[in-house]
Amino acid sequence: MQDDNKRFVERDRNWHPPAYAPGYKTTVARSPQQALVSMQQPSASELSGPDFRQLRMGPHDNDLLLNFREDPSLSGAAGLPVGERIIMFGRVIDQFGKPVPHTLVEMWQANAGGRYRHKKDGYLAPLDPGFGGVGRTLTDEQGWYRFRTIKPGPYPWPNDPNSWRPSHIHVSVMGPSISTRLITQMYFEGDPLIPICPIVNTIKDPAAVETMIGRLDMARSKPMDCLAYRFDLVVRGELQTFFENQ
Amino acid sequence: MKQPNSQSCSELMLRETASQTAGPYVHIGLALHVAGLPERDEEIWSRMARPEAEGEHIEVVGTVIDGNGDLVRDALLEAWQADSKGRYQPEFDLKKPFNSFGRTATTADEGSEWSLTTIKPGRVRVDGIDEEHGVIDDKDSHLANARSALKMAPHINLAIFARGVNIHLQTRLYFEDEADANAECPVLSRIESPTRRQTLIAKREEADGKVRYRFDIKLQGEGETVFFDF
Ligand SMILES: [Fe+3]
Repeated sequence: MQDDNKRFVERDRNWHPPAYAPGYKTTVARSPQQALVSMQQPSASELSGPDFRQLRMGPHDNDLLLNFREDPSLSGAAGLPVGERIIMFGRVIDQFGKPVPHTLVEMWQANAGGRYRHKKDGYLAPLDPGFGGVGRTLTDEQGWYRFRTIKPGPYPWPNDPNSWRPSHIHVSVMGPSISTRLITQMYFEGDPLIPICPIVNTIKDPAAVETMIGRLDMARSKPMDCLAYRFDLVVRGELQTFFENQ
Repeated sequence: MKQPNSQSCSELMLRETASQTAGPYVHIGLALHVAGLPERDEEIWSRMARPEAEGEHIEVVGTVIDGNGDLVRDALLEAWQADSKGRYQPEFDLKKPFNSFGRTATTADEGSEWSLTTIKPGRVRVDGIDEEHGVIDDKDSHLANARSALKMAPHINLAIFARGVNIHLQTRLYFEDEADANAECPVLSRIESPTRRQTLIAKREEADGKVRYRFDIKLQGEGETVFFDF
């Protein structure tokens, strides 16, 4: 019989980046020095979480080509964002390969020039009047999600004298409980900036970096329209419960 | 099983996708108005309880402070709590008077405080079984062990995401005026150091006739908040 209190596979904290990773300088003053207190047996608080099926989404919440238009009088190609049109899609599964249906996937990103539509981003690349840079969706019955967007540009940031972020899309996934909550970044296969990024390099195991690479999928691209990148997300595995054994 | 997105891994169990910092612009994605973006029709935000929600209405406020003692002005927090009867309400629906889930953020504004408008949560049993309303099925009653039947003190689970935080930090907010419940909470008592336990206790204040609890989160150094692994 499965111990009913142990519903999820333990999180491997050596796989994830450590809190203190001095190559990424901001971690130095923001990393706890004390050890995390282990819950041993998680309680109902950790084993439950929100279900967002009743969250009312807009028709273009997962379509970043259409969900922001600074000048609403524009239409057609005149209002579309600049950049390489892409489909970003994939599946949310758990560590046993089981799909995670109806879970919230959110993402945000810079525009094609590497600039965020955030009041604090002062990078000299211009804002794009046709691009906001935020999307959200729920996975379907089989755990699939899909966004339409443009490929974000790399951008410089103050860490080392000349640090650049590889093109990336920030991705947030809820999963079945607050224990499975995860925020990560999708990088683009083959980007030469990936191995020299201080944030990527907070991760020790190269195999863990591989889990964050979106792969070009020509079969899912649309001829004369857009390329497709597949990015599957693996959230913590839900162990079989006592009740399922009956 | 083949590890997705990977050309090299092959193991019995898949590995979790690795975490990365939410970065300095997390608000674009998860707190649109804080970033200066127009909001969509429905957003997940900090008003967890509407006036008609059952229970004691409270406000919870605080700051996030780094190892230098400076305000962290770009954090995003997520809250998960039981209702006033000690039940989690998983279905998130803005039409309901109360939602167990909420989000808030620290900002570049004066004071840089995050805040939640909510109700004081009730006590939850470790195993989540609701004695008053839940039907305890005979066939699972033998599962109950001494620990799982214990009641936790009222608490709000908080997750903290920010630039320079590689994987979100998980903590719990407890209430100063629940001393008895706190003393017997099986999770609080997992914290060996009584001094460190105190970092999880929100201080009660009253402002304009409203009950407010203050909970400042210290990421590092003296008075460092307890963070959990679960
Ligand atoms: Fe970024």
